[in-house]
Amino acid sequence: MNDSTSIVAAPRALESEKSRSQNRAAVRRATNEPVGVQIVLIALALAFLGLFLLVPLAVVFAEAFRKGWEVYRASITSPEALAAIKLTLLVAAITLPLNTLFGVAAAWAIAKFRFKGKSVLITLIDLPFAVSPVIAGLIFVLLFGRQGVLGEWLMARDWKIIFAVPGIVLATAFVTFPFVARELIAFMEAQGTEEEEAAMVLGASGWQAFWRVTIPNIKWGLLYGIILCNARAMGEFGAVSVVTGHVARTNTVPLQVELLYGEYQFAAAFAVASILTLVGIVTLVIKRIVEVRAHSQLKAGSG
Amino acid sequence: MKITIRDITKRYGAFTALQNVSLEVPQGKLVALLGPSGSGKTTLLRVIAGLEAPDSGSVLYEQDDVTQRAAKERNVGFVFQHYALFGHMTIFENIAFGLRVRKWKNDAVRERVTELLRLIQLEGLEKRLPSQLSGGQRQRVALARALAASPQMLLLDEPFGALDAKVRADLRRWIRQLHDEIHMTSVFVTHDQEEAFEVADHVVVMNKGRIEQEGAPDEVFAHPANAFVTDFLGHVNVFHGRIQNGRAHIGTVEMPMSFDVPAPEDHAEEGAEVTAYIRPHEVDIDRVSHGSDSMFAIVTRVNRSGSTVKIALVAQEGQLPLDVELPHERDAELGLVVNDRVWVYPRQVRVFRREEAALDKETAA
Repeated sequence: MNDSTSIVAAPRALESEKSRSQNRAAVRRATNEPVGVQIVLIALALAFLGLFLLVPLAVVFAEAFRKGWEVYRASITSPEALAAIKLTLLVAAITLPLNTLFGVAAAWAIAKFRFKGKSVLITLIDLPFAVSPVIAGLIFVLLFGRQGVLGEWLMARDWKIIFAVPGIVLATAFVTFPFVARELIAFMEAQGTEEEEAAMVLGASGWQAFWRVTIPNIKWGLLYGIILCNARAMGEFGAVSVVTGHVARTNTVPLQVELLYGEYQFAAAFAVASILTLVGIVTLVIKRIVEVRAHSQLKAGSG
Repeated sequence: MKITIRDITKRYGAFTALQNVSLEVPQGKLVALLGPSGSGKTTLLRVIAGLEAPDSGSVLYEQDDVTQRAAKERNVGFVFQHYALFGHMTIFENIAFGLRVRKWKNDAVRERVTELLRLIQLEGLEKRLPSQLSGGQRQRVALARALAASPQMLLLDEPFGALDAKVRADLRRWIRQLHDEIHMTSVFVTHDQEEAFEVADHVVVMNKGRIEQEGAPDEVFAHPANAFVTDFLGHVNVFHGRIQNGRAHIGTVEMPMSFDVPAPEDHAEEGAEVTAYIRPHEVDIDRVSHGSDSMFAIVTRVNRSGSTVKIALVAQEGQLPLDVELPHERDAELGLVVNDRVWVYPRQVRVFRREEAALDKETAA
């Protein structure tokens, strides 16, 4: 048995060897330009990267620590900053499960079944990507605001949505709506329906097939979608800014940054901003790891 | 378990995958559904398994109408063309899946899976993932998984399709042996006539959502019912001609080098256009004419590398190429070389009306 598997493994090793040498050949062809041109092109690319990505990143931390560690600590532990962090976490904690649930359900329906109106649903899912976040915020103000369609009805019951936490959650959920679904649709479509069919023929119910076959198969793709969703949920500014109307104590971290900056408290603004930046960097690292896993899962799944 | 299919029709939009198909699969037999792609054979298999619902007609297991029953309630073993193993589960868990959803006790599961691993000769690999196995090994795991819960029948969709020739031949023999041991009613889909004839007890030839012919492999091969079946069952020489004086006259009238064969009995109208099919191994070659049954031809190529000698010729002044296969002994007697002038006479010719043949050709393309 072991013999036969090693025989099988051998051609695969050869194959990757071949593709690697092909890559090498491609690299050689790509750098056939004169040395001078090469240097100029590389320098341009590096300068661009530095100017637009690395310098701003460095500036955030430099500004945050400009007045020293004590001021930094004080800035991020001030009651306003802590409240903002708490609110941002709360919003993410409500938004993520909602959008995950919706995303999995929508992707499952779209990738595994044929039904009328499927293309309409796919287009609708993309809507939040197409619409400016400010417009998204305005939609909710127009719906739930004092002069809004449902305004009076809500006022009569003393339910506050706009200028309050529910509004922020709604706006964030709307803006981050497509992330999980989009990621999973592509992932599930690539995997097809054969494994689910196999599970059904083997006696599994739809529910069992979903939990034992579908979910494990999309695990990494799902995580990838959730990470992107989280990053956006924590960083969203436009839509949230509109629904809070700058009047509430309800500030999320991005809003808090803007507020502090507007009050010329640069060190404090950058200190709070550095938290968001850190979240961003951590997201990128996790995203990269998950991406690799997701890719290998997709490859293994096609076996 | 006997399977009865009654008048099944299945459409996908404008495309008719199955049209009034009726079929009986006897208890304990191994049946091949044979046909080109798009002939409906896989759809029929999926209808039997409950993976597709037919638009009309019914499926019976013995006397039990299961048409409305979901796949999970039918207790059938199904082997998918691309294995469809669960990529995140070990080989052990793959095989155990059907038992786990049936809530078997752990000990019983272990015992049954071990037994099946022995059957598919993959003991020791139960902790691997499917991606770590070769194609042939994966196919055997797929088979073990399908057999685990002792299904009432085994359905296989192009079970050897994705494998290379050597593994394919081995697995083919193995499946036949396995079937002889367990005698489970089995249906498999294939587009390879050789495979169907080698493995199956009963062959069902399908085309355009209909059954063209069914029967024992020998019988279907010896007596193809129509032009499609004749054409589909391997390499044949195709000739055109017309009915004259109650006989099919093959070749053009102006050409003296032509031959006559009996006309098809059911439509022998004078002047009707016909197509004749002659298999390469059902032709003999001689250096002298045998009268109106033989045709003059020139040898263009001789290939002695196989189990038979393959000879390419042209008849009718270079207009009609044809292939002949002779046993090596006959070839030695004749001592043929290229450019030899010879007479060709078919031992068996199958003649069908042209319209019908042309129609089939057209849709097969």
